[in-house]
Amino acid sequence: MKRWVLAGTDYVYPRTTNKILEAYLLSKGVAKEDIMINYAPFGHSDWQTIVSDIKKFGSAGKKTAVVSTINGDANVPFYKELGNQGVSAKDIPVVAFSVGEEELAGLDTKPLLGHLAAWNYFQSISDPLNKEYIAKWQAFTKNPKRTFNDPMEAHVIGFAMWVKAVEKAKSVDPDKVIDALPGIEAPNLTGGISKMLPNHHITKPVFIGEVRADGQFDVVWKTDGLVAGDAWSKELPGSKDLVGDWVTLKCGNYNTVTKKCGGA
Amino acid sequence: MRMIRDRLVACLLALGLMLAALPANAQSFQEGLEKFTTDSFGDTDDGITAVATSGHAQAGPVILALQEGRLAYDPASKRVFIKTASAVIDAATGQPAASVPADLKTVRLNNRVRRSIEAAIGGLNLLSPDAGKRLAAALAVFKSHEAAALPALNTAIGKEGEARIKRALEEARASVLIFKSDAPETDRLDAISTLRARGDQEALALLAGLPADAPANLKKSAQDAITSIQNNLAIWASVQNAWYGLSLGSVLLLAAIGLAITFGVMGVINMAHGEMVMIGAYVTFAVQETIRTYNPGLFDYSLLMAVPLAFLVSGAIGILIERSVIRFLYGRPLETLLATWGISLILQQAVRTMFGPTNREVGNPSWMSGAFEIGQITITYNRLWIIVFTIAVFVGLLALLRLTPIGLQMRAVTQNRSMASSMGIRTSSVDALTFGLGSGIAGIAGVALSQIDNVSPNLGQGYIIDSFLVVVFGGVGNLWGTLVGALSLGIANKFLEPFAGAVLGKIVILVMIILFIQKRPRGLFALKGRAVEA
Repeated sequence: MKRWVLAGTDYVYPRTTNKILEAYLLSKGVAKEDIMINYAPFGHSDWQTIVSDIKKFGSAGKKTAVVSTINGDANVPFYKELGNQGVSAKDIPVVAFSVGEEELAGLDTKPLLGHLAAWNYFQSISDPLNKEYIAKWQAFTKNPKRTFNDPMEAHVIGFAMWVKAVEKAKSVDPDKVIDALPGIEAPNLTGGISKMLPNHHITKPVFIGEVRADGQFDVVWKTDGLVAGDAWSKELPGSKDLVGDWVTLKCGNYNTVTKKCGGA
Repeated sequence: MRMIRDRLVACLLALGLMLAALPANAQSFQEGLEKFTTDSFGDTDDGITAVATSGHAQAGPVILALQEGRLAYDPASKRVFIKTASAVIDAATGQPAASVPADLKTVRLNNRVRRSIEAAIGGLNLLSPDAGKRLAAALAVFKSHEAAALPALNTAIGKEGEARIKRALEEARASVLIFKSDAPETDRLDAISTLRARGDQEALALLAGLPADAPANLKKSAQDAITSIQNNLAIWASVQNAWYGLSLGSVLLLAAIGLAITFGVMGVINMAHGEMVMIGAYVTFAVQETIRTYNPGLFDYSLLMAVPLAFLVSGAIGILIERSVIRFLYGRPLETLLATWGISLILQQAVRTMFGPTNREVGNPSWMSGAFEIGQITITYNRLWIIVFTIAVFVGLLALLRLTPIGLQMRAVTQNRSMASSMGIRTSSVDALTFGLGSGIAGIAGVALSQIDNVSPNLGQGYIIDSFLVVVFGGVGNLWGTLVGALSLGIANKFLEPFAGAVLGKIVILVMIILFIQKRPRGLFALKGRAVEA
């Protein structure tokens, strides 16, 4: 991949993600003019101009990929427009950060075959614990086709961790539970054990999946082990000196240069 | 990788040309097949190379089956099978399999594997008897511009009878020649002019990629071609903006035209208008769901069936709202606004309870999928049909208001309520029918919008502000004003978007409308009506 389109919804999460991504791509030697950043308002439904811009940007002779941080409902018209304008994953793959099984359930997936998504969990991952939870969920919703997705898995892990922390603290008082949480481990649904870190983020595997015709994902790439969640990005000038540590430093935004709590 | 692909294409071309003459390498074919059984994309890719280069008679069918997702394997015995509609064929022999293992797994594909397959099939099909396949093969070679394809291209160009395919083949040949430094200079100059004639973004990319060590006159000619293509593309970009603007304008018009009746003609500030659109979209979903369950063959007609149903359902709900709430609030705009807003929330919640909070899948019928190209712009069928549909709805509504007795009564009540009442028109039932008509039209709009937007309980909210903008801008109470308002907003938006971006473009439009309303409070075309009297 030589050229990148970073497309997102216009609010804080895509703007921050794209800032980090842009800094990362530039540090990897991607030229500034090979990165196109584009934002659309919430619920944007007319993607004609943006998709044709992407198509134009992608047919300049260099292999192009789109990183989409488009959120929520705007995804459906975006993918429909991609499909209709004939942008296929073979030519310009789109990797989405917020499209999962649940979003695909409202979509005709045929034109999306081969587009990618990055998550910490996919329903299609074969693991006994995963199968068990999917079966429980489908029995609970009385819908054998109901999908399971990454945020749901996050809740499964989070709740399991909370239970263990309560057992350890022998109390449901939030402050005591918070103190007990770092170091707690709970199995995730993809065959690993996630651990709560001192910065209140947990370790998880990262997967990249390809859209299948049945609305599920095929894992095409995964990290070797679990990845520790960063509270602050190491790519951005303002945040790379910051660390979060609630165990020894008792501070969410400790600046390692000025040695002060309270941010940049 | 590139070398492997070169070799792959070269061998496939050879395979296509002289299948019989090549000695079949049964061993490499067998090894290739086994690669398909490891469930690893890298191995599958190698497998394609091995099978394609084997020259085995089964190579073509195996790769085709792989592309169509019909290639399966048995993990235990490492045997590979081709699934067809009627039988399971043993890939190694081409004969129906004697015994089929129970748990066959399909060979999985990813983008890299799909590209390898496409390159392999592209090479195989240059001389296919099927014209569509030859064209696809020419386009595949144009995309990959593999030097190895040159001899096959030359043969194919010589044999080709159809002008359209011949041109595609020549363009594919040009795409190869331009990079081939040992080709005669005249050939490469010809290649540049062929690409110049093609004149699109891809040709531009190829010309820009001319190697730096090319002779000076070649470079100059390429530079001329690039300038000419860029000028040409700039013109097409404006055409494309105008088309997108027309398309956005027609969507706005469709969403606003029902409001032009309830708000414009009757003067009711109907905040539940968006929900009428949403209900129309859900009717489409219900119709498609029924068709999927009972008669999938009728799917292409689902929209035609949904249009009258959506009109009736939304219209009936509209009449119900008018009779139960709005008629008590005529002449009290603030209460109407609050009451209809409350109704819109009730309707959203009702739909959320009935259909769930998530998006529902509404498919595009085949005649509304895909796109075609005119010059250098892509026109998608769904947008085209929505424009046609909007024109039909607009003309139909005009005719209804102009030519039918109910239309006459509506206009009479709008222009002078007491006079119309004196003439024996039952104004209250005309009110109900007018509101029902406006709501029904909104329902029809929902059918069309379900094709481009997501069908969720929030669908209507996205259109209500735009609809009011269009009606106010165009002039309250005037259908033609709504038409002009919607189209000018759409086109202005699309010409701004490339420069200002989608977000800023919307803001600029909003500011412009506010300034315009300051200057002309009644919009583009002011008309006499009840809204004016009140």
